[in-house]
Amino acid sequence: MAPSSKLSQGIKKASRSHAYHRRGLWAIKAKHGGAFPKAEKPAAVAEPKYYPADDVKPRKASTRKPKPTKLRSSISPGTVLIVLAGRFMGKRVVFLKQLKSGLLLVTGPFKINGVPIRRVNQTYVIATSTKVDISGVNVEKFDDKYFAREKKKKATKTEGELFDTEKEATKDLPQFKKDDQKAVDAELIKAIDAVPDLKTYLGARFSLRDGDKPHEMVF
Amino acid sequence: MVKGRTGQRVRLYARGTILGYKRSKSNQYETTSLVQIEGVNTKEDVAWYAGKRMAYIYKAKTKSSETRYRCIWGKVTRPHGNSGVVRAKFKSNLPPESMGRKVRVFMYPSSI
Repeated sequence: MAPSSKLSQGIKKASRSHAYHRRGLWAIKAKHGGAFPKAEKPAAVAEPKYYPADDVKPRKASTRKPKPTKLRSSISPGTVLIVLAGRFMGKRVVFLKQLKSGLLLVTGPFKINGVPIRRVNQTYVIATSTKVDISGVNVEKFDDKYFAREKKKKATKTEGELFDTEKEATKDLPQFKKDDQKAVDAELIKAIDAVPDLKTYLGARFSLRDGDKPHEMVF
Repeated sequence: MVKGRTGQRVRLYARGTILGYKRSKSNQYETTSLVQIEGVNTKEDVAWYAGKRMAYIYKAKTKSSETRYRCIWGKVTRPHGNSGVVRAKFKSNLPPESMGRKVRVFMYPSSI
């Protein structure tokens, strides 16, 4: 509604009743049964007791997604790897596949050198040029969840049992893991036996000797 | 090599000698140590070892975590000069007793 024009500062052209009529408030009132419709006030927000001292912008969550770990070009399924650290250091081991976490799935085979189906990080491994044929091996079922630690159930202990440590801590391998090991190794060992000396090679551990220069070695 | 390892002992590290700290004639900078790795004689050879982890191992009188052996971890940072000496930084600076003693240069993180 255009404001009433002014005659001069503070003096409107239209009178009070004239302006009322012109604005049509009477029609709105009639439409709403005699009273001007009151807009509902939004529920008063309770004033927070404390305001933060500084005006800080909330940090936005990062949208960065890490890239999948790149597999070294020297490593392909069937490559013999030398483990450089850990319980099995020096052991020569057969590479099966790369898991989604980026870790390498690896097996001894267990019968040959005692290394079970295990995960190993790429940086703790040297790839040799020796390859084993693993076309007969099925590694579909292995993923990172297979290797997850079992959640210990918290059994409420009586006072006497509180001091009985190791009572529930049995570290036996579940039978299905032993079976999986046998299944994978059966095919592998056949392929290994086909190559002369490969079995003893895998059974022997790698070690540096006097006079060895790792930076000059070709693996 | 520790914790009652039965069976074969394998060496998966190169031996290195701690020569001292990075220094000039009359100032020394203890945050960086100089290490001579066995068999490494040129600047180009050092490239293979860049980034490899090293451990300075020493014995103490008291046992911590069941063993008297203690370790300071570090890594090879860059070559030092033309003749195969290497600069290394450790988690905490090496003590002066380490000069002339051995350090283990591991083959990881590996990129072969």
